[in-house]
Amino acid sequence: TTQGTTSDFDGHYKLTIDNQASILMYSYIGYQKKEITLSTATTIDVNMEVDAEQLEEVLVIGYGSVNKKDATGSVEAVTADGFNQGAITSPQGLLQGKVAGVQITNSGGAPGAGSTIRIRGGSSLSASNDPLIVIDGVPVDSEGVAGMRNPLNAINPNDIESMTVLKDASATAIYGSRASNGVLIITTKKGESNSSELSVNYSGSVSVNTPNEQVDVLSADQYRDLMSGRPGEHLLGDANTDWQQEVLRTTVSTDQNVGVSGNIKGVLPFRATVGYNLDNGTMQTSQMERTTVNLNLSPTFLGDHLKVNASIKGMFVDNQFANTGAMGSAVVYDPTQPVKSNDPAYAPYGGYHTWLQNGAPSVNAPSNPMAMLEQENNNAKVNRSIGNMQLDYKIHGFEDLSVKVNAGYDYSSSNGSIYAGEETAWNINNGATGGFVSDYTENKRNELLDVYLQYNKEIGKSRFDVMGGYSWQHFYSEGTSNENNVQGNVENPKENIWATEYYLVSFFGRFNYTFNDKYMATVTVRQDGTSRFSPNNRWGTFPSLALAWKINEEPWMQGFDKLSNLKLRAGVGITGQQNIGGGDYPYMARYTYGDAQSQYSYYDPNTGQIIYVPTIRPEGYDENIKWEETVTYNVGLDYGFFNDRVTGAVEGYYRVTNDLLNMVPVPAGSNLTNMLLTNVGSMENKGIELSVNTKIIQKKDFHWDFGVNFTYNDSKITKLTMVDDPNYEGVKVGGISGGTGETIQIHKEGYAPYSFLVYEQIYDEGGKPIEGAYVDRNGDGVIDEKDMYIAGDPMANVYLGFTTRVSYKNWEFSMAGRASFGGQVYNNVDSNNAYYNNLYSSANGNTNNVTSDIYNTGFQNAQLKSDYYVQDANFFRIDNIMVGYNFNNLNDGKMTARVFGTVNNPCVFSNYKGVDPEIQGGIDNNMYPRPTTFMLGVNVNF
Amino acid sequence: CVHQLDTVPVDPREKTKDNTYTDLASYQQGLSKLYAGYATTGQQGPAGDGDLGGIDEGASQYLRRLWEAQELPTDEAINGWTDPGQPSMSFMNWVSTNTLIEALYNRVIYQVTICNQYLRDTKDAPFEEVKAYRAQARFLRAFSYWHALDLFGNIVPFVTENDNVGSDLPNPAGELGGTELFDYIEAELLAIIETSAEEQLIDANAGLVGQANKGAAYMLLGKLYLNAGVYINQDRLTEAKKYTDLVVSNYTLVESATQDYTAYETLFLADNYLQHKEIIFAINFDGNYTQTYGGTTYLVCASVGGEMDAAKYGIGGGWGGNRSMPSLYELFEDGNENQIDPRGLFFKGNKREVTDYREFTEGYGIEKFKNMKSDGSGATRLDFVDTNFPVFRLADALLMQTEIDYRLSGSASNLNVKKLWDRVGRTGAVPQISEEFLLAERARELYWEGHRRTDLRRFGQYSNGTYVAPWSYKGGVVDGKDVDSKYELYPLPASDVGANPNLKQNPNY
Repeated sequence: TTQGTTSDFDGHYKLTIDNQASILMYSYIGYQKKEITLSTATTIDVNMEVDAEQLEEVLVIGYGSVNKKDATGSVEAVTADGFNQGAITSPQGLLQGKVAGVQITNSGGAPGAGSTIRIRGGSSLSASNDPLIVIDGVPVDSEGVAGMRNPLNAINPNDIESMTVLKDASATAIYGSRASNGVLIITTKKGESNSSELSVNYSGSVSVNTPNEQVDVLSADQYRDLMSGRPGEHLLGDANTDWQQEVLRTTVSTDQNVGVSGNIKGVLPFRATVGYNLDNGTMQTSQMERTTVNLNLSPTFLGDHLKVNASIKGMFVDNQFANTGAMGSAVVYDPTQPVKSNDPAYAPYGGYHTWLQNGAPSVNAPSNPMAMLEQENNNAKVNRSIGNMQLDYKIHGFEDLSVKVNAGYDYSSSNGSIYAGEETAWNINNGATGGFVSDYTENKRNELLDVYLQYNKEIGKSRFDVMGGYSWQHFYSEGTSNENNVQGNVENPKENIWATEYYLVSFFGRFNYTFNDKYMATVTVRQDGTSRFSPNNRWGTFPSLALAWKINEEPWMQGFDKLSNLKLRAGVGITGQQNIGGGDYPYMARYTYGDAQSQYSYYDPNTGQIIYVPTIRPEGYDENIKWEETVTYNVGLDYGFFNDRVTGAVEGYYRVTNDLLNMVPVPAGSNLTNMLLTNVGSMENKGIELSVNTKIIQKKDFHWDFGVNFTYNDSKITKLTMVDDPNYEGVKVGGISGGTGETIQIHKEGYAPYSFLVYEQIYDEGGKPIEGAYVDRNGDGVIDEKDMYIAGDPMANVYLGFTTRVSYKNWEFSMAGRASFGGQVYNNVDSNNAYYNNLYSSANGNTNNVTSDIYNTGFQNAQLKSDYYVQDANFFRIDNIMVGYNFNNLNDGKMTARVFGTVNNPCVFSNYKGVDPEIQGGIDNNMYPRPTTFMLGVNVNF
Repeated sequence: CVHQLDTVPVDPREKTKDNTYTDLASYQQGLSKLYAGYATTGQQGPAGDGDLGGIDEGASQYLRRLWEAQELPTDEAINGWTDPGQPSMSFMNWVSTNTLIEALYNRVIYQVTICNQYLRDTKDAPFEEVKAYRAQARFLRAFSYWHALDLFGNIVPFVTENDNVGSDLPNPAGELGGTELFDYIEAELLAIIETSAEEQLIDANAGLVGQANKGAAYMLLGKLYLNAGVYINQDRLTEAKKYTDLVVSNYTLVESATQDYTAYETLFLADNYLQHKEIIFAINFDGNYTQTYGGTTYLVCASVGGEMDAAKYGIGGGWGGNRSMPSLYELFEDGNENQIDPRGLFFKGNKREVTDYREFTEGYGIEKFKNMKSDGSGATRLDFVDTNFPVFRLADALLMQTEIDYRLSGSASNLNVKKLWDRVGRTGAVPQISEEFLLAERARELYWEGHRRTDLRRFGQYSNGTYVAPWSYKGGVVDGKDVDSKYELYPLPASDVGANPNLKQNPNY
């Protein structure tokens, strides 16, 4: 039998033992385990020794790892201790604000919502700006699968050991054609190899999600006042409905995890976990229920010559989606109308108040938000499994050389359905009987094989680490979808079956050289071949070079004893981007069959029959399409003072992307389309990153850490056209509500991507915008499109994150937050709603609510293109606050426990006029609001 | 495993060049896309896999764009939407970056390029039938080039099957006012009606309804020659007469009314394919099989709103956009606001005057196109319309005949007009034929059928008129005013002039 205890902060401990006990084992994080054979002594003092291997922070990099002190590239790791705390269901949430140069914005407050990760701003326009994500050696598909809000939800945050961000090209170029936007490596927890005991960990929490501030619309009474004497007044009802309050709710969620780890018979270290997460969204009807399982085996054979690491992760998700259109509808829906009514006119629609015209639902009037939520059932089940087996064989008799094999897969399958009954007013015209039923499936099968060799050698003062290998990856996906009405009597229902695939084949190598433990060099090269490009453009070569110099190791630095670390790094490299979003065969002449609804019909007067003939379309293509290429220069300085009580890094980077994959208009008549994805244009990113981590107080029972990171980033498009055309206006992007096809953003030379293109508003003396009065910026006496200007862009120029942790005896406290400056948001909620002509629609026969910004502007008509709506999105947000208490000595020391409470998203400080300034993409259009979440959790180890 | 990089599409809907055209059915399907180019917007109905990018798919639909370009800047119609570029279509103050004009231009040129591709792909087709398909492809290309000529002039990019995909920058057909595009259209049409030609259209008033036959080519030739004065500053009226006469001799007016609708009304109903004796060429739609947010779905839905009862028009609900202006109603009334011509299908629950273009209820509604069958029953669906759009019909040819006679000799018989009046039961004597009467009569018979801009230009009444007064909102002012003559032609999109240095912009844009 085994007994145990835990020492107090002064190291005192007490253990009552029976006579059979013979060995005492001491363990402490960062120290080597020590065993003492029991004597009769009643006091046993032990001096433990630092475990050098553990203390030397190891960074996981592509195809290997490196000691942090020997790293030459810009690599930053966050381990479980440093993760954000609280009700976080996605891996991205753990990292938010933790790493300089990394910006993570979640898409809103939906359960299991996705996030956008931008490492140093993103280097593409039309192609993906997402970093490559590698989970335990398997580069995963970041596109996700239908029915899933966030592709990374496959990973239970509780299973994550560390997340490593590779930022500069010298670190990422080993991933070649997928590395231009950085790499995020996620490593999950494994069984302990040197523990023969079974350890069990349980963590569980209950959280309460509460809705936050809402869009400031007129109350029913304010609305009645405003409508008095106006057209449409006759339509007002006598209810007082706060539609947003109806749509939102306070909910309770829970998260439960059990993990078991140990080492079976000393040969099979394992870790197995099961997690269950039930997340009820603050918008009515939205929910995510997720079960994750994770098994990891890491046995060693042949006398440590063969290391095996096998892992299987499984995820099973039930999603229930709220109709997110309900949020926008709740903003505009007339507050004097009831949710439901006994009026027989509404009986066919389940009693929900519905805008009617001549007794039928008005097709262009807003739908009742509560009907949208309650009458529609939108579900999806998603299963995903990621698994791999890594073999690491040190060759017998030639131990410097090892062979590594990594075979993995990432499979996911989903099926979803939408059911909206015959009473749903907005589906009333669907076929003979109305309603809407849709189901869809999607399967993805991605497979991976890496084979590489690694050679380590130390000769005198020189140390070599050489790696070279081959990688093969196959991405396949297929899906189906069907649509019909409730009774299934649509004459020609929509059915769709699709499939696509691509392959990547690569050869790569890395050469690390260290001289005298002071001078380091890394050279990497990768050659990638992709099936997405023609044989002429298929192969790309992506090299990098980095140098590092440990200045503080120089003899002439020995006098500076306050300085514990100073390392200068410099690197340059080329990376690529082939995640193009234009299909998997963009170079090929192809012909696409039309579906059953896009046929052409002919009438045969001889037979009286109508003949339907499907169509074949020749597709536009670009024979010469190829990778984007990004060249990155990076200079960094790692520092440590006062025996590393203050550490951090300063980095500067400059990144140029050429041959941008860009969706641009092609000269009319020259191709089989008017817009084509092609390589045209260039952009650049430059920036500075600074991080400071301090251990302000470091006493035996009192610790206080504080870390802050700061990023300055500037992105600019430098070229957009093949021919130099000074009059070229740019590519309009950023669709907004308020008009079919209306855009507010532009990619334009000399400006950041997604810059806002608007008119400059003129204000009266009282600071009120004058409707339709704009500055004649080009002075030609006419206000037209030529007077539009760039009034900012959504990208923050400066952002920072901070974390602080305090522990005092058994108590701990932590807090993390972020700030962002220099970005703008286009307030589409106000621009599309706050004007008087919006109050009543004669064409649709309905009345609409407006936001109270109407009192500020007094606009009669929508002024969508006024810079009045381009508003500063500076903010300071507290992401999470945690207070915890540790029970270190329960059940005779066999058990430790921690009880903690957190608040996520307690507050955001901002001058932004809308609800929430943190909007990915910069267009605020009724995002699912982010809740504030209070959580109570417990974590038990035994 | 490097050879695995040579992938071919695994999607069941997608094929490579080698395995697309394999049997006769595939050649039919390739041709079907060329017809569908006027009806649908892509390979998923109603939307989802569009042919064109950079614009809302439904708004990019060929007929929707063409109709608006031909009707909104005229005395017949006004639109109340405030979507980008939309008001200026009614105001006649558009600029070269107008997204709707850009979409129209892209749609027209796209249609030419897919016709070209079909002609390339079918060059050595091993089926005799494909020769007639190729003749139809050539007709459709000429039809679209005619739109290009009429809307943008001789300076549009000119490509044929002899150009390659994706390589060179297209050259314009010619200088402004040049005859190159006119000559090309003329030559192509003459070639495919030639009875000895290998690639020949089927005879007039024959074949399937929806297919272009020689009747369609005669009509297009007639229109090309009739407007030659505008297009190339030449008098080609003799040829115009020849081909218009050929049309008239091959078709007959629909005369029979149904219990619910007059003969005239049946031309615009969900089963108007039955009226193929009068309708020479139509763009076909089907609520179940040819779905789009443009086409006649747009024409019916955008014309219904406010107090109009959607059920009467066979749809579930209207979009509230298009209605008429007093300048149209005046052509149907006796001078005291009493309607005397039954062809005017007005919804008078709206106000007659338009003082706020955004208000759908200002300006009489137009009930011409409906998604109802001639027996009074509903069409297949309430959300997508079955009705075919008559591109050319005999009534138009009859009025052209009268106009050509009038222009050739200074006077004309009123017999053709009398036929049209008699058909709808309009009483009273037909006045003596004059320019002013002809232009008004064309509106009475053909309003909202996509001819008005061309007609106004031919009569010299478009940008500034001598006897057609500025209509409401012409020039962007409520009472209307004349506009600069540059608006006679639409501008090439600034984006294309920027992307293709070979192109020149139309004057003063």
